[in-house]
Amino acid sequence: MNLTLHVWRQKNATDKGRMETYQATDINEHMSFLEMLDVVNEDLIGKGIDPIHFDHDCREGICGMCSLVINGIPHGPERATTVCQLHMRHFKDGDEIYIEPWRAKAFPVIKDLIVDRSAFDRIIQAGGFVSVNTGGTPDANAIPISKSDADEAMDFAQCIGCGACVAACKNASAMLFVGAKIAQLAALPQGKVEAERRVKAMVAQMDKEGFGNCTNYYECEAVCPKEISVKGIAKMNREFFKSMKG
Amino acid sequence: MSTVATSRSSTVVHALTKTSLGQKYLMAVSGLVALLFVIGHMVGNLQIFLGQDQINHYAETLQNLGPLLWVIRGFLILFILIHIWEGIKLKLENVASRPEPYSYRKYRKASLASRTMIWTGLIIASFVGYHLAHFTVQATNPAFKTLVDAQGRHDVYSMMILGFQNVWVSLLYIIAIGLLCYHLSHGVTSMFQSMGLNKPETQPTLDKIGLTLSVILFLGYISIPLSILAGIVNLPKGGM
Repeated sequence: MNLTLHVWRQKNATDKGRMETYQATDINEHMSFLEMLDVVNEDLIGKGIDPIHFDHDCREGICGMCSLVINGIPHGPERATTVCQLHMRHFKDGDEIYIEPWRAKAFPVIKDLIVDRSAFDRIIQAGGFVSVNTGGTPDANAIPISKSDADEAMDFAQCIGCGACVAACKNASAMLFVGAKIAQLAALPQGKVEAERRVKAMVAQMDKEGFGNCTNYYECEAVCPKEISVKGIAKMNREFFKSMKG
Repeated sequence: MSTVATSRSSTVVHALTKTSLGQKYLMAVSGLVALLFVIGHMVGNLQIFLGQDQINHYAETLQNLGPLLWVIRGFLILFILIHIWEGIKLKLENVASRPEPYSYRKYRKASLASRTMIWTGLIIASFVGYHLAHFTVQATNPAFKTLVDAQGRHDVYSMMILGFQNVWVSLLYIIAIGLLCYHLSHGVTSMFQSMGLNKPETQPTLDKIGLTLSVILFLGYISIPLSILAGIVNLPKGGM
């Protein structure tokens, strides 16, 4: 298939950036979206044009590195799918595709479609951990955890920290990401000890990074490749309220 | 002891006014206060259907609350101002969070009502200003001040009828109520999420409550100007 791509090109963090149009020709429908970009880049390199820079790593949908807004939707049109797992069969011959980076003040563009997501790392460093001496391998079931709690923690632990929630939110809010981390750790006995300190520190860091506020659009949940639920945000709201009282 | 209490209360004030989540709580609680007023105001106004004596008696009872009425008004004004102030402040922060817009944007789930809260909110606030000038302060229609019923009470019944007999006034009112209810269709359910008072199993019910409440409020409020324009509710026979 042949496609017309409108791609955000930006030389560096200080460059203003602009949309550029490229033709993607003879694209195989079995290619992933990133493989399609690889083909386009080979063509660009052949023509002496700087290839399109984009983030990627595992290409298995588990690392959280790929980060493209395709036709206005982070990770593209398929639900619960990262860009690397999005295949070209979901597009038609002759389609026009707009490709942009995650857009948020807290995620500055480094080059083209690559953004700096270290704000997420700093939020995790502020409290997204459990400070226990793990020691040797503990006995299984030494700490009883109910199935429902374990399931809830696992659901939130699926977050791969890609930042699609921020990209999708009209306010560039990071609350689905932060809510997932807080809800995951608050569901487990190991995490409960530091729950109050954690939620305060992570929310403070999130605010400091310049992310927007949640206005309950739930667009984050709709684009999350791991289908993290906004109930994590409600859980964070409850945890923060408890920390205020304490 | 008092130092600890002071430090705790200053921490709470800081959390409420300076953190993103605290400001969401303020929006939710102030919105709830405004919602309770909107419900109460509708129940009060619907008494027009019970006749001149009933609604004038109700209005007189409210006026006779004296200082208490002003305490209630002050409380209400404070919370509405908090709602407006926080709404504008959060909107400005949100706009600043995305300095470069997308050139192509599509929404999967975010409803139009949720994306236009600031605009519906600001229009409603402007309308409330006009509505107060119209019926409460009667600055736009000073003649309303002189309306008195047979018992010598302020004739709120006739004031409402005379006010809404103006088609443009009624139309503006219906549009404003429509926007208010549209605002509430997102606001009510959003309030539970912001306070963390919802659970996945209760969310569908809360969504239905929000929507049903909005529809009831819309129908309840617009029934008044529509009934007046349709001639179902008329000025008292033999003059005011």
